[in-house]
Amino acid sequence: MIEINALTRLHIGPVNLSLADGEVVAITGPSGSGKSVLLRAIADLDPNAGRLRTQSGARADMPAPAWRRKVAYLPAESGWWADIVSEHFEKPELADLASLGISPEAMGWEVARLSSGERQRLAFLRLLEHAPDVLLLDEPTAPLDGENTALFEARLQRCIAAGVSVLLVTHDPAQAARIADRHYVLADGQLSEAAHG
Amino acid sequence: MAEYLQLSYADIALASVFLLLNGALSLWLRLGIARNLAFAMVRMVGQLLLVGLILKKLFEIQSPWLTLLVALFMASFAAREIWARQERRLKGWCGVAIGGTAMGASVGVVALMALIVLVQPDPWWNPRYALPLLGMIMGNAMTGISLALDTLHTALNREQRAIEAQLLLGAGKWQAMRPFIRQAMRAGMMPSINGMAAIGVVSLPGMMTGQILSGVDPNEAVKYQLMVMFLIAGATGLAVMLATLGSARALSDDRDRLRIDRLRKVGK
Repeated sequence: MIEINALTRLHIGPVNLSLADGEVVAITGPSGSGKSVLLRAIADLDPNAGRLRTQSGARADMPAPAWRRKVAYLPAESGWWADIVSEHFEKPELADLASLGISPEAMGWEVARLSSGERQRLAFLRLLEHAPDVLLLDEPTAPLDGENTALFEARLQRCIAAGVSVLLVTHDPAQAARIADRHYVLADGQLSEAAHG
Repeated sequence: MAEYLQLSYADIALASVFLLLNGALSLWLRLGIARNLAFAMVRMVGQLLLVGLILKKLFEIQSPWLTLLVALFMASFAAREIWARQERRLKGWCGVAIGGTAMGASVGVVALMALIVLVQPDPWWNPRYALPLLGMIMGNAMTGISLALDTLHTALNREQRAIEAQLLLGAGKWQAMRPFIRQAMRAGMMPSINGMAAIGVVSLPGMMTGQILSGVDPNEAVKYQLMVMFLIAGATGLAVMLATLGSARALSDDRDRLRIDRLRKVGK
């Protein structure tokens, strides 16, 4: 679960939002409305104000790295700091590549030869290594084709079933309807519950 | 000290003949550098003549306060130069202060030790020894720091996504920035290391050449040069490390965030 109280960042907020264990909230909104800014603020990646907590504790009471392991943010474009894929994992042998349709040899590949879809799925897998309480997903399936989107959503459903709360930014109303329990719209810096869906 | 052959101003004018020939050739070949060349030449002549006059006066007056004032002027000019040579600078007073403090602290300590323990002029702050020594050490530290900070700021900006990817996986800020800090320190120290490696074989350093030309025994000149090279390389290394760590600290915060928003790109 996660509780967000009076979160503000730049023009956004105050945002109040609570997600129960295994609950999924979809956030939509026009481009530039600050959906990514909101997710970055929740992950404490930019200066922001607000009281946040998960079942692991309050954000103010833990060092930022510990918070980010529990509140795992997957940006729309992933970052890579080493040459080989496996260097980005703590336990590369345990990553469940097959569940996302990735070749079992991918761990030995150079990052430079990955497609954008492969990058996205591998970045998702490396986030799961820390057993997060919450997933913040920013357009996670944008670079994926239909088949891989289905695999990704199936893998995500496993996390949800295990109690992980998910905040999903998406442009795809069908995806929001498929996965989300509630649906919010971010506009003019304010988060409001959508009429239905 | 042996006799040295004095130069007349006519000799100096004659020495500039080849440079003037360069200017004429570049006009003829339309290289477009004649104006720069002329400006640089006039500026050099003006600056050096002025420095000669000032140094002569300073040596006559022998005032510790005046010597300190000149040293501070040199330091502030160098600090400004470090700031000006970065394509992306820290916003606000930090931009000048970090490079300036790193340079001032390391050059100050090294130069003081050289004067008080090694060269031991009388008095220890004698401008004839203090100012040239300070100038040589400071000039190299200045180049090192500006290279290091320019490298660091460019790398942190370019690799923002990779650094934040590590932060998002629970890495601390120092761990995430480490490769770029290392890269910046290497860039800052490389000129002094290369300088030490090539010295004497490829190039005879200017100071040593100057001493030999003015009649100093080559062995003595070599000893001086060695001392100066050690001081330069030592001070530059310290200055580069201090400035790089200081700047990396300023570009992150206590919640382990990368604060690229504190950089400002300078328009070209």
